[in-house]
Parts: sequence; C-alpha cells; structure tokens
Amino acid sequence: MTAELHEELTDPHADQLDHGAASSRPLKSRISEPQPRGAKIRGNRPVDQSEAANRFMAATEHEAMHDARLWDLRQKRDKEMHGIEEWEELRDLASGIKEHTLSKLDYYLELFEKNATANGIKVHWAKDGAEHNAIVLDILRSRGVELLIKSKSMLTEECGFREFMAKNNVEVIETDLGERIQQLDDEAPSHVVVPAVHKLRTDVASVFAKTIGSDPDNADAHYLTECQREATRPLILSAQAGMTGGNFVVAETGTFVVCTNEGNADLSANTPPLHIASIGIEKLIPGLDDLAVFIRLLSRSALGSPITQYTSHFRGPREGSEMHVVLVDNGRSERLGMEKFWPGLKCIRCGACMNTCPVFRRSGGLSYGATYAGPIGLIIDPTFNVHKYRNLPYSSTMNGSCTNVCPVKINIHEQIADWRRTLAGDGEISPVKKVMMKAAGEVLASPVVYRASLPLGRSALRHLPHFMLYNKLNTWGRKRDIPETPKQTFNEWYRKNRKQPGEGEKS
Amino acid sequence: MKVGLFVPCYVDMFHPETGIATLELLERFGLSVEYPVDQTCCGQPMTNTGCEREAAKTEELFVRNFEKYDYVVTPSGSCTNQVRNNMTAIEQSDAVKHVRSRTYELVEFLHDVLKVDAFPWAEFPHRVALHNNCNTLRNLRIASMSERREEPFSKPKALLKMVRGIEFADLTRPDECCGFGGTFSVFEEGVSAKMGQDKVTDQLKSGAEYVTSSDSSCMMHQEGCARRMGANLKYIHIAQILNGARA
Repeated sequence: MTAELHEELTDPHADQLDHGAASSRPLKSRISEPQPRGAKIRGNRPVDQSEAANRFMAATEHEAMHDARLWDLRQKRDKEMHGIEEWEELRDLASGIKEHTLSKLDYYLELFEKNATANGIKVHWAKDGAEHNAIVLDILRSRGVELLIKSKSMLTEECGFREFMAKNNVEVIETDLGERIQQLDDEAPSHVVVPAVHKLRTDVASVFAKTIGSDPDNADAHYLTECQREATRPLILSAQAGMTGGNFVVAETGTFVVCTNEGNADLSANTPPLHIASIGIEKLIPGLDDLAVFIRLLSRSALGSPITQYTSHFRGPREGSEMHVVLVDNGRSERLGMEKFWPGLKCIRCGACMNTCPVFRRSGGLSYGATYAGPIGLIIDPTFNVHKYRNLPYSSTMNGSCTNVCPVKINIHEQIADWRRTLAGDGEISPVKKVMMKAAGEVLASPVVYRASLPLGRSALRHLPHFMLYNKLNTWGRKRDIPETPKQTFNEWYRKNRKQPGEGEKS
Repeated sequence: MKVGLFVPCYVDMFHPETGIATLELLERFGLSVEYPVDQTCCGQPMTNTGCEREAAKTEELFVRNFEKYDYVVTPSGSCTNQVRNNMTAIEQSDAVKHVRSRTYELVEFLHDVLKVDAFPWAEFPHRVALHNNCNTLRNLRIASMSERREEPFSKPKALLKMVRGIEFADLTRPDECCGFGGTFSVFEEGVSAKMGQDKVTDQLKSGAEYVTSSDSSCMMHQEGCARRMGANLKYIHIAQILNGARA
C-alpha cells in the first residue's frame, strides 16, 4: 500500500508533531526487537504480573521507550499543573463533586434518565456486561446493522464486547488509532488513554503490514497513520451504526460528554444514523458547572495538554437518526457498598496514576492481565475477581505517587494496603508470603528468638538472617549485592558502650 | 525530655554505624537517650504484606519497649510511618496512642521538635545526592513532592545546608521510588532491581560522590545495585553526616 502523504509530512525536516499536545520528544528505537506479550492467562488462576513484567523488561528497547514516553507525559502534566494556581483546590472540588454524586447516585441517574428521555435519547439499563452486550446486539439486529464503528471505551473492554459481536457476526471497527492497532493485533489496550503505548513503531509497522498491507520496512509514524486512515475511512463512511463511551454524564441537562484527541468519537457518533453510547453509572455528575472542573483536570492529568482536542456534548439525536445510552452497572453498585474500596468509583480514567507509577512504566500495562492496569487496576480489578487478581495489589512499592497525581484524590496507595489486608484476611494470599510472614511475626515478637536468628559477624553465613531467607525465593542477591554483615550489631555495641536502661535507676 | 532510641532491625544488623551516629547526635543536644535492648522491629514487613494478625505481637513488644519515653526517635522514615500511621493490629490503648503519636523520624525530630539551627561539628566536603524515602516524602511529608502544587521545602536539605563544605548533586527524577518497597524487593525482585539500577544510573549522572538519605533501607537496596553494577558511589546515612563524619 502506498499512502498519499500530506505535503508537509513528506518533508523530512518538517517539525513533526508527535501527538495532540505537540511537545513530546519523538522517540526512535535503534533496533527492531520483538514485542513482549502480556501476562499468561490460565483460566481463573491468579495472574503472575511479575513474570510478565520480567519479560517486558528483558525487551530493553521496549521498556526504555515505554518508561521514557510515560515519564514525558508525567512531566508535561506537572508543567500544566504549575500553570494553574488553584490546582489543589480543583482536585478537592473534583473529589467532592464525585463523592456527592456517588452518595446520591440513584437520584442523579433517574434525573439523567428523565432529562435525556425528554431530549429524545433512549436510555437503557444493564446490570452487567452480558446484559449490556445483549441490549446493544438487540438494537443493532433490529436495524440490520452489520458494520459498527466505535471509539475507545474501557467499559466495552470490561464487557468483552468485541468478542461477543464477532460471535454474532457484527463487524466492529475501532476508530481510535491506538485502539485500532490493538484490535488488529488481537491485543487488549495496555493503558486507558494511550492503548498501544507499549508498542514501538516497528511493532506497529509489522501489525499493519500483516493486516492492512503497509510497507513492513516503513516505521514512520506519519506514514503508518496515513495508511490506517486510508484503510479505515471507507469503513467509517459505510458503517450503519456508531458507538462511543462517555467521559461525563450530566444529570441536570440529560446530556453526555465525550473527550478525544483524534475526533474519532465524533466520526463514530455523527456519521451513521444510529449512535449508541455505553457508559458506566459512575460517570454521572450533577451539572454543567461541575463539568467545568473536570474538563480543566482531565487532559492536563492525562497527557499534559490543557484540554482534549475535542470535547463533544451530545444532547440528543440529529434529525432522522437515533441516539441510545446504555447505563451499565457491571459490579459498580457492589463496589459502592465496599467500605474501603468505593472511592475507586471517583476515577475519571485519565491514566495519570499509570504514567507516574514506576512499576507500571517498567512492566507494561499488559503484564497485569486485567482490563485495568497500573495503580487504579490494582484496586479495581480484585472487585471483579478476587482470586484471579489477588497478586496485583502486591505489584506496588506503595510509594504513593499515584495518590498524589490523581485529579479526583483517590487514596490509591492506601487502598492497595487495604487490599493486602483484605486478601490476607480472606486467605487469598500466596502460601509463600503467608508462611514467611508467620515466621517473621513469631521471630520478631521475641527478643531472644530474634537475637538468636541473627547472623554472627564472623560466621560463615554472612547473609540475611534466617527468617528473611525462609522461602524459596531468596531473590535479593540475583541482581544486587548482599550487604556485608558488620563485626557487631548495634545492640552488641550498645551493651558494651552504654549504660543500659534500668541500670541508672538502680544506682 | 526522655528519648527512646529505636534502631530498626536492618540498621541493627547491617548498619550499626547509623545507630551509633543517631545516638551520639542526639546526645550532643544534651538529651537523655536510652536504647531499650529488648527491641526488635516495628512490624512493618508483616503489615505491608497484609498480614496484620502476624504483626500484632511485634507491635505489642514495640509499645512495651517504648511507652515510658516522651519521644521515640528512629533513623528511619518507613518505620516511623508504620508506627504512626499503620500500627493498627493491636488494641489502641492509651500507651499505644502515646507511642504512636510520639514516634519521630530523626530528621523531623531535629527539624520540628529540637528546631536545630547549627551543627558546628559537621563538615562534609563532598558532592552529595539526597534520596528521600517515599514514606518520609509522601506520608511523613519531610519534603515537598513533585506531584503536588505546593511551596518547595525539604527538611533534610535544610539540615544538610548547615553542614560546612557540602555540595548538592541534582537528580533528574528526585522523587521517583528506588524500588526497595520492603518485601516488594524480595517478592517482585525483577522490577525492584530494575528500579534500583535506574536510580543508581540517575545518581551517577548527577556527578554525586555520595548518596545520603534518612532511610538505610532504600540505601541498602541502592548500594546492592550499585556494587553489582560496578558504580563508583558511596552511601552514607544522614545521621552520620550531621554527626560530623568527614567521609
């Protein structure tokens, strides 16, 4: 395939813009390295995030690019933050608005339904992913739709929507470039905002070469984008239905708002005569004044750009067309009732916690083996399946950076600690951890046993003490030197050099 | 003012010089400092793994050792955070509440309680990179963090600036976690080591001769990575510099 490049894009010296915010450093890999794949999924068995993370890091080019790209987003986010004097106040406001809305969610949902219906929108309710998929399929079938275009939506990922539609002979075309890359590669999105960020340009070139016939040796971003544009445009123009998500649902106006950088949601919504929006029930906000707070925070937190290129308000169907909103619960009501974990529902899916997370940047989003990766994933995924995702809350150093970049002030790192307590309490902890901690707890509770467990200065075992080695892992020394044991412990030094407590009182 | 000195298990074992420097430094300010010899640990390894029940007896022992002091001081931010914010496996008696509210990390004790304004004995003519442990930074708040829009401040730097001859080396990611993370360093060894290597690389690029921190745990991990990488960097606890170590 040869793509007609716009004139300015063929100029090798042109100041190429890397993405919406236009100030990213272009990153070019030096070598072509095969893309590491995500976590191995084995039914309901607990996902091994660290195994997949180790494979990602072994692909050094991928890891380095991934870390650099996401750290760049984090730095741009910081720059935008410093441009807004009332930043911390905005975070307080956003958090407060979400808490208020969630505490009166039934009221706001019904208010939205009433106002949206008055606007000519047909509102549907789905209690889970299966119901959502069935509702959408029913709408599509009754109108004879065989080709559906859609914009990116994490909710439809939750629902296994594409697989379901494939089984039911409805062709789904993703219109977000990153999401389209992932669809063509038969991979889930690795990040809520930048779904293909774990891929190098060379990976994209090879996916496109196989699927849409582009030149496998041309990994120029503009060439690849142009190829995709040419391949997808005809499909967009002939699709009979369009689907979007929704970033914010405004109860008082009965409208919803979709934020994108590529304008693809607008194409999906406005080209065909049928628009279906699938939206989680936690996306509700009371009014347009509240919306302003979130619009100021969303893209600054996500990409470090002041606003998304498109902020589209959908108020009702165009003449001669239909608009449907499917409000989906899929575990949200249950989460709302969880004392420790309900604040996760405040999430606006900006991905700032992923960009800042040092573990995420080095692991890649697919290592989590779940719809939601990174810090927000660690606290949301176990609400879907506690056994399968029981290891995820341990994929964190609990450094707290996520909590402090979060525009809606979700206490992410505290919830990670709470999840660990909950999992250990419910027996959903790996036997190795449990045995090790039980041993440590007993040793550390007794000064005599503890002292006896310590390595002696001149003993052959110049190592970590026994209780820390009471496991098959003994992984400290694989890539790190083990600290040398000094001749005496502080305790021994103190006994020799200072009067001990109690002695002074006797004299 | 009666001060109880808590020397965390890994400091006791691997870095007794940090415990000694902390004790001597506090004694320089005329405080009556005692080290209860029956102390072990604050319970952090168990709590951080979620095993609260397994931490209970260790927490009880901690409180028994320290309840009689006006202040408990320790050269570790993560242990302070454990005691102050996470010691919840045991019943919250008056003794427990007293110990929890009176436990201070060394830097914040010097800065906020003693309000030290000089270390006349201290001189450290070296280029030093400062590492803030994530618990001290984001939970104890001993310094401003890059995630928030707030006035820049740093208690450890304010203290180090009183040391003659010291020069600071700037890191490109000063408050990125180094990957220690307590039991994370053992359970998630791969990512932990990679984060440590990246931290050491950043320290090397800064031209630092020494790295200092108020936490030995992060430095133990970083030093382990640095040695394996053959990096020419030295690690020294802030207590030693403030107590007058010259190298």
